[in-house]
Amino acid sequence: MPLLAVEGLVKHFPLGGPGEWLDRVRGHAPKAVRAVDGVSFAVEPGETLGLVGESGCGKSTVARLILRLVDPTGGHVRFGDVNLTALAGEPLRRQRRNLQMVFQDPTASLNPRLSVRRAVEEPLRRHSTLRAAERRERAAQVLARVGLERELLDRYPHELSGGQRQRVNIARAIVTEPRFVVLDEPTSSLDVSLRAKAILLLAELRATLGMSYLFISHDLATVKYLAGRVAVMYLGTIVEEASTAELFRQPRHPYTKALLSAVPVPDPTVQRERLVLRGEVPSPIDIPAGCRLRGRCPLAQPVCAEPVTLREVAPRHRVACHLA
Amino acid sequence: MRWRRLTRNRLSFGALCVILAVTLTSLLAPWVAPYDPDNPDAEATLASVSMRHPLGTDVYGRDQLSRVIHAGRIDLLVALCATAIALTLGSALGAGAGYRGGWVDQLVMRSVDAIMAFPAFILAMAITAALGNSIANVVAAIAITHVPIYTRLIRGEMLRVRETEYAEAARTVGNRPHQIVLYHLLPNCVPPLVVQATLAMGFAILTVAALSFIGLGIHPPQSEWGQMTAEGAGYVVSGEWWLVLFPGFAIMLTVLAFNLVGDTLRDLLDPRMRGVR
Repeated sequence: MPLLAVEGLVKHFPLGGPGEWLDRVRGHAPKAVRAVDGVSFAVEPGETLGLVGESGCGKSTVARLILRLVDPTGGHVRFGDVNLTALAGEPLRRQRRNLQMVFQDPTASLNPRLSVRRAVEEPLRRHSTLRAAERRERAAQVLARVGLERELLDRYPHELSGGQRQRVNIARAIVTEPRFVVLDEPTSSLDVSLRAKAILLLAELRATLGMSYLFISHDLATVKYLAGRVAVMYLGTIVEEASTAELFRQPRHPYTKALLSAVPVPDPTVQRERLVLRGEVPSPIDIPAGCRLRGRCPLAQPVCAEPVTLREVAPRHRVACHLA
Repeated sequence: MRWRRLTRNRLSFGALCVILAVTLTSLLAPWVAPYDPDNPDAEATLASVSMRHPLGTDVYGRDQLSRVIHAGRIDLLVALCATAIALTLGSALGAGAGYRGGWVDQLVMRSVDAIMAFPAFILAMAITAALGNSIANVVAAIAITHVPIYTRLIRGEMLRVRETEYAEAARTVGNRPHQIVLYHLLPNCVPPLVVQATLAMGFAILTVAALSFIGLGIHPPQSEWGQMTAEGAGYVVSGEWWLVLFPGFAIMLTVLAFNLVGDTLRDLLDPRMRGVR
């Protein structure tokens, strides 16, 4: 059984205002930002699923939906045998010790008025009956594990460097030993030298603590290193999902191909075929019918106006393209 | 560091000293005041400024300086209590409205609008007139008229901080809603609250004095700056100027000091607000 299963997850943000009222009067569905529009995937215990896509494709909304920071418009999130979507209040809160998140912005996600110690001890305070001294010891251990000295315990976020702040974020996420951690672009605000260190740290923590990750990123190099499977998102849906090796070796969807061909290669003599998409990503308010990539895809055919769903083209390799 | 910047500005440093001095003399009134404020000196009724009575005496021969010092106790105490109550109540209401949103927000904000629809001083007058003018009622009247300021301020701040990533992180980590508000959101709303409370202190002192001036606040024989000013006003024509000047000066100096410190604090905490009233 998968550790985390996302089934048909949908999140529409209504636009509101007079437009919505007019739409209702005219009898058609009011317009909405369709940030996440039917996303399904599963993460096995110990596995890391990479979720890649451009900015604005709904990756972070998926993360927030899984953690129930926003409520879904439709679909389910199952954690083990618990349906998280059906929970609220205290039962949901109790599930949170197993389900943590590392946020994108290491500065914004730390309360400026909490010391490192308070920030890292807080999850224990909320989920365990440990006494103050035990919490303190545990916080120091976890801090050591993410590579921060004990001296930093009494510092405040503004006294730390960006890399240290992200380590505090990671420490806070793992202090309750969760089984599943969502990493929402954990390295995007770090500079390149720190990025590599953070990725190595995450890989090491996964190995020692046996956690599963949902690793959200637009940096394909880090995804390739950390993730066992990759799902590619475009305009609120998953267009392709496969094991990392297969996806990088043999992408099937034109969008994945375009994404991969945009990755710089450190060898200037290499000649490669580039697949370039036309134009810009359409607005998530007016999503084209049929294949969402249709208007931009150089390979588009009349058939692409038909609705397209994810289908298995090879074992454990799913693609949403009529032509693949 | 911010304290240093507050004291570097000479004007606000002076104002801070005034607040400190007024607070200290009020606290230590029984020891600082040269006479019992209620004890008449029969030999010196309506005596002018002298070595014996530095600020003169009133019609019963009571020492003006002692009365002004003891009056400061009442004025500061009432203003402080009113501000503390209004701040607590307003913050709680504003936090609830801002964090919950929806009908809670509508209910709280419309009630606050209703209070704000009345001119603050008229409302305070009405409350003391209706409830009778005890010290507790004056505190209540001022607190009620000040609640909207804090409610609106905290609600606005709440709308800002509840969308931050650390608010989301606090929820992810397993905080209950009230814990998120108390431990994560409210502490980050404190700076503008301090500014507002300082400015409101000045205004509260002014309101106590004004209520007492028109006879709706603190009753004699308890001395109070506004009521002393009102009593003294009758003697200006006959030449006893010290009776109205010194209590009036005490009001002006204290209120001015609170306003100056409040303005400086606001400039320090939010330079964009400079010059905005």
